Amino acid sequence: MAALWTLSPLLSACLFWPTCLALTPGAEPLQPQNLPLSLGFNSSDGSPSLDLPMALRVFSVDYHHVQAPFEIVLWIMLASLAKLGRVPAVVPESCLLIMVGLLVGGVIYGVRHSAPPTLSAEAFFLFLLPPIVLDAGYFLPGRLFFENLGTILWYAVLGTLWNVLGIGLSLYGVCLLAHSSLGDVSLLHCLLFGSLIAAVDPVAVLSVFQEMHVNEQLHILVFGESLLNDAVTVVLYKLFESFLRLPSVSGVDVFLGGCRVLVVGLGGLFVGLFFGLLAALTSRFTSRAQVIAPLFVFLYSYLSYLTSEMLHLSGIMAIVTCAVTMKQYVEANVSERSNTSIQYFLKMWSSVSETLIFIFLGVSTIQDVHMWSWPFVCSTLLLCLVWRASGVLLLTAVVNKLRRNTVTFRDQFIIAYGGMRGAICFSLVFLIDDFPKKRLFITTTIVVILFTVFVQGMTIKPLVELLDVKRKKRGLHTVSEEIHSRLIDHLLAGIEDVVGYWGQHYWKDKFEQFNKKYLRRFLIRDDHQAHSSILRVYQELERREQRGDEEAPPVVDPRSNSRPLLPEEMESIRRILSRNLQHFNNMQRPAYSRHTLHQDATMDRVRKPLHRHQSLGERYTYKAQGEDGEFKSSRRGRAGLSRSHTVCSMSPRPVLQDASVPAASAPARGQVDPNSEASIEEQISPQQQEAPLERSARKQLSFVLESEKQP
Amino acid sequence: MGSSSSRMDHIPNAEQLMQETGFSAAHILRLYARFEFLDKDERGELRPEDFGALRGLAMNPIGDRIIGAFFSRGKETVDFPSFVRVLANFRPTETNTIRDGGQSFSRTRKLKFAFKLYDQDRDGKISREELLQVLRSMLEQQVTEEQLQSIAERAIQEADLDQDDAISFEEFKKSLERVNIDEKMSSHFLR
Repeated sequence: MAALWTLSPLLSACLFWPTCLALTPGAEPLQPQNLPLSLGFNSSDGSPSLDLPMALRVFSVDYHHVQAPFEIVLWIMLASLAKLGRVPAVVPESCLLIMVGLLVGGVIYGVRHSAPPTLSAEAFFLFLLPPIVLDAGYFLPGRLFFENLGTILWYAVLGTLWNVLGIGLSLYGVCLLAHSSLGDVSLLHCLLFGSLIAAVDPVAVLSVFQEMHVNEQLHILVFGESLLNDAVTVVLYKLFESFLRLPSVSGVDVFLGGCRVLVVGLGGLFVGLFFGLLAALTSRFTSRAQVIAPLFVFLYSYLSYLTSEMLHLSGIMAIVTCAVTMKQYVEANVSERSNTSIQYFLKMWSSVSETLIFIFLGVSTIQDVHMWSWPFVCSTLLLCLVWRASGVLLLTAVVNKLRRNTVTFRDQFIIAYGGMRGAICFSLVFLIDDFPKKRLFITTTIVVILFTVFVQGMTIKPLVELLDVKRKKRGLHTVSEEIHSRLIDHLLAGIEDVVGYWGQHYWKDKFEQFNKKYLRRFLIRDDHQAHSSILRVYQELERREQRGDEEAPPVVDPRSNSRPLLPEEMESIRRILSRNLQHFNNMQRPAYSRHTLHQDATMDRVRKPLHRHQSLGERYTYKAQGEDGEFKSSRRGRAGLSRSHTVCSMSPRPVLQDASVPAASAPARGQVDPNSEASIEEQISPQQQEAPLERSARKQLSFVLESEKQP
Repeated sequence: MGSSSSRMDHIPNAEQLMQETGFSAAHILRLYARFEFLDKDERGELRPEDFGALRGLAMNPIGDRIIGAFFSRGKETVDFPSFVRVLANFRPTETNTIRDGGQSFSRTRKLKFAFKLYDQDRDGKISREELLQVLRSMLEQQVTEEQLQSIAERAIQEADLDQDDAISFEEFKKSLERVNIDEKMSSHFLR
């Protein structure tokens, strides 16, 4: 493994050879391109070639032709190879990557005696940041996120404002105190600096947190905050920058600035929603071109990012919203392989992006632009910590009164300490208009980033263990837990209906109903709406069992209580439950890890089922009905036949062919529609016959309508 | 808030209810207002139809079971004290103030309530059929019978320790020991 680390100097040696790099702004212009085969002409591009005096070249090297892509590939190769090395557990990956970057930067500097290429802000914001945020948004545990949304917004908006103003004003105080050296840093400059240094960076946070297994709630709080505070950061940064250009600032400007926060945040949200829904709609029609279906996901997300950047809205919010919106519809519409491709590509791109960012951070540290000032740098570090801690404490004290699940002191410590700065600050500081102390700002930013990533990143894990943060419960939910949890959710929603307050369940249920009635119908391909998971599992179970009976599809033998359930089967059961019980969140491990996909994707080797299975299901149901008389008594189904026989045995009545409203004979039973695959039976307890009777009739009718849609 | 005390006089046994359930006076008043709102024909007690008028509840997959849980065995109507007692099950437990005994007691009470939703025939066990009925209403029409059967089978397999093919209350409690029931089964508006 050590050998891989020595590869980096080799690669950097390749990199110093060209005289300019595509990623450096203001580099020397590219030399004129030549035709690759310059017959008879001695090329004047300066590239080394064999010293043949004759016209025809047998072998020539034309570097400039491929220079830009070549270097980009080399950088990416460096990043990817760096990932292969095994890292010691105590050092987070981001630290190691920065160190590799420092090494490479040092080598380049040493060889060329000039600054190595820097991370240009444009490249960062346009190419490197979107994949990471898209990946984070796509695998966001939706339900958990929305449950904690209020708290997250509270931390993101108010916390960031508190930090920005606090750091900005305190720094101005420091500049006043150290008037001799820092006298020319104005208040606005300090506020501008505060706005870019206060924001917590999702990249850094993710990379450190994924190695610690904290409980999901904490994770989503920190991570959600780092995502959403982008809106505030962007607005404040641009605000202060434009203030700097204005001759004077009035109160109206400040107020307008406040309005802009709202506009930027909500604007990004709506752009993301728009593109997300568009993507979902497009994916509905991709049945004939399965191979390019993943491309739509990426294109639409990137479009949403670019559009909101163009409108000066929050690009991060747009892309996250887009991903969250389109995920469920795209997953339903698109084939399994395409789903896997999407997930793998996202992981891949975000992985590479992240690595590149950290390496460039290291490389860019080695530069000529540094200006050091002890009071400024040290006070910045100190103030960042102090203001963040105080902000978290204050905000939590307020928000705990409104939350059901309080944020404990230990959680608060982790939130405060885990607020890391990363490449976003770095790029923003480069974008400042030039003024005398800009280099100081750059140096300070780099110091802060390095400090948070190295010191805080390395020590957070031992500190967490020390404080014994409530760990995320490992392991998957059992089937019982899922069923009962869902029952309790419904129960709470019902109780809140009775009580008449709009709890969180109310909105969730409302959204789910809206989703089911309108959105899913519109955005999901017709034949995929109801049957996908059923028939898929059906086929899987079929493959598993391989029983002899051909007509009745083989199912799990009810007698075999002791047979351990195969993991695939378990997975398929979980899949049904998690889909059909309308869960938002991923039941698997939260997939924040860069390097693994959740198990869901790897299990899906089964292709989407064909209509063949539908007919099998029909035959099966027919057969079941024919034999129900025999099995009336065996409630437990121990006769070794398939399950639904036991179910049918509950209704000794002959199966009615029409699905009209059941006559009011007591006790009324549900009816079986032979054209359908599932039979619905409602047992009505003697206590309440009237209201539920209408409900079951309504259900039957809607059910009939639904089944009539089947081809 | 002088009017509130006069309104409290309308509520029979308000003091006793507050003691028993731990609701504050303000809450009792609010619940009483809600009770009166639901009680359309002003009988002083609720019937199933009154609950059924709530649209959200009507569309809830287990709505009828929830309604049924309000009515104690054999009774056709719900009076205000029973209404409040049922809702008291969903008060969030303050973990700071309740000692261990109290906390587990409240958890048990919540679990018992959930258990009763399954166990309609009140025999103290969730049979396979009862589980299937709940699953069917929750999953609606989206799965086939054998899927339901296998899910129910799996659930019983996991929970059933004494192999009687049904889930007793103890087994139910045990299967949910990893779940934070106190958090899940509280509506903080009933604090």
